Amino acid sequence: MPNTISHDMGLLRFTTAGSVDDGKSTLIGRLLYDCKAVFEDQLSALERASLLKGREHVDLSLLTDGLKAEREQGITIDVAYRYFATPRRKFIIADTPGHVQYTRNMVTGASTANLALLLVDARHGVQEQTRRHAFISSLLGIRSFVLCVNKMDLVDYSLERFEEVCAEFREFASRLEIANISFVPISALNGDNVVNRSANMPWYEGSTLLYILENTFVGGDRNMIDARLPVQTVIRPQEERWHDFRGYAGQIAGGVFRPGDEIVALPCGLKSRIVDIYSGNKKLDAAFPPQSVVVTLADDIDISRGDMLAKSGNRPEVSQDIDLMLCVFSQDRPIRSGDKLILRHCGSDMQALVRELRYKVDVNTLHKVEGTNELGLNEIGRAVLRTAKPLLHDPYSRNRITGSVIIVDPFDNTTLAGGMILNRNKGAEEAAE
Amino acid sequence: MPSYSVSHLDMLEAEAMFVIRECVAQFRNPVLLFSGGKDSIVLTHLACKAFWPAKLPFPLMHVDTGHNFPETLDYRDALAERIGAKLIVASVQDSIDKGRVREETGANASRNRLQTTTLLDALSQWAFDAAMGGARRDEEKARAKERFFSHRDEFGQWDPKNQRPELWTLFNGRMNPGEHFRVFPLSNWTELDIWQYIRREGIELPCLYYAHERDVIERNGTLLAVCEHVIPREGETVTRRSVRFRTMGDAPITGAVESRATALSEIIAETAIARVTERGGRADDRRSDSAMEDRKKEGYF
Repeated sequence: MPNTISHDMGLLRFTTAGSVDDGKSTLIGRLLYDCKAVFEDQLSALERASLLKGREHVDLSLLTDGLKAEREQGITIDVAYRYFATPRRKFIIADTPGHVQYTRNMVTGASTANLALLLVDARHGVQEQTRRHAFISSLLGIRSFVLCVNKMDLVDYSLERFEEVCAEFREFASRLEIANISFVPISALNGDNVVNRSANMPWYEGSTLLYILENTFVGGDRNMIDARLPVQTVIRPQEERWHDFRGYAGQIAGGVFRPGDEIVALPCGLKSRIVDIYSGNKKLDAAFPPQSVVVTLADDIDISRGDMLAKSGNRPEVSQDIDLMLCVFSQDRPIRSGDKLILRHCGSDMQALVRELRYKVDVNTLHKVEGTNELGLNEIGRAVLRTAKPLLHDPYSRNRITGSVIIVDPFDNTTLAGGMILNRNKGAEEAAE
Repeated sequence: MPSYSVSHLDMLEAEAMFVIRECVAQFRNPVLLFSGGKDSIVLTHLACKAFWPAKLPFPLMHVDTGHNFPETLDYRDALAERIGAKLIVASVQDSIDKGRVREETGANASRNRLQTTTLLDALSQWAFDAAMGGARRDEEKARAKERFFSHRDEFGQWDPKNQRPELWTLFNGRMNPGEHFRVFPLSNWTELDIWQYIRREGIELPCLYYAHERDVIERNGTLLAVCEHVIPREGETVTRRSVRFRTMGDAPITGAVESRATALSEIIAETAIARVTERGGRADDRRSDSAMEDRKKEGYF
């Protein structure tokens, strides 16, 4: 029974991007259906809807398209989250449209993902869309990739064709920071190598897609070295019994904290010692990502939201000059040099000035386009910001939580852009060549 | 080497606690919408955990249609008292009496949709700027598009095509006066996660969630509990069956499922092999293909 779940499994978040024609919806539908995550009433609603639209077979894309406008237009506008589980793991799929006008959705989906599932049509090989998805996933810090070469049934299950496509992708991927890639020849329509091994491709000795998803190690995505606790809120019970209780609440963003550890509170720089770490009313021996905890200290220090606890020998960088890659989300408000905007990072909001736009990246070719003075919707580029207060941060490549920011419009409060802080010490850790 | 492994429930719990704390940190006057259903019970449990040893820094609010199961109301009152939370009850009957809404008429009349007005009126009466709810993305296809922090304009409306992107855990709760936010800490939980977490944490639930003998009728393919709000019509036969509820809404629209599961482990086993979604028994969702999206745009939960 595929759905009886053992208790101690982890969680894998992965992204998919692509259009209707490359078989992505069929693949997701296949995974959900074969893992029993599609229910009978959903299926009968799908059958009804497919019939009304005059489709010959059940259109599984209707399953992920949640909004009326999406169903009417037959497109995915937004990120759709889907959930399924096997006895080994729980999965969250962030399914995004792959077209260039939806780059921002891809960025959103990739920001919390551990793995990127790329899909190519065996007949057409690596397309612009595949490259764009791979580049954005790598830029957002995803280190594990699976390339599914789909529609193998339409190329006679040819080993040669599979290897050609893999070689094509390998060449492109060598320019990205990717730790591991798996290649799987599949037919989503017939189910070959998705959940079950294919009898049509005896030459393929690798694992099925589901096996890879179940077993890919993603623990390395957590930073277990640099202890960081961004303070979200301070807990002070208004009760006699807890009169002296002062707890700093937050989600551990990196490293391990233990009772007795010496810590430094930033930005004030005062040192103290951890007395207790709580999760609810339970005391913990150690706190590590991604736990949400409360920490009490031996000394009474003035700490509030936006501050950070770290170890004195391993502190985040503190700077007002931030070098970062920005991806712009706003339809009608580009980001220009000279703009004064609001920057949000961990628990703090502050003003920021766009000092310089260095270049934008052509997301299809990875080429840098210099001499740009604005970044518009869906554009990705490198910028230098000056913040009103020192920012306690790490490079994004080291910590996705302390290394990321969003830019907010001070007038209408919308989110204009997302940013990944680059490593200043390395000088130029450039995403583009 | 100590183990730093985390189960999927640990990750979901940590994420939900982060979102609840973020809601309290970012808003001036938040409230938790408590329906008496299992999701809002889990949400309340997580909120208590997030602020322990302090009491909840926000009240619970129940939008009472007047058609609730009495078991739900008893549970609600006992819970609020046990955790020392302030409980606000916003009544749909009051909205009707004040002429703010008019009761639906006809065979399948329901107060489900009227709740929206009562909810929006109460939010503005108490000047709440954020309302936390237990909605989950896996429940329903329009909910799958929800953000953790979901913006509502000055009319309480949701604009699903123009939502703020949510990257990493950087939630943007900035807004103009008169607007508010809905916050959904359980966005990434599934029905099975909820049940597994209830078991792990030993959370007490209203007895309606466990199998019990009850008089039911079958109406539009749904089993409804016979009570003062559900009176058998001509041609409907009352039978006594062993049933339980998978979701908790008003008596006239909440379908029961036949079950003998009286223990959590049995419910989890049934949930794991269920072939119909939990809201499959909800008449409010069946009105049309976009029933939930339409209600949500108006300001529904």
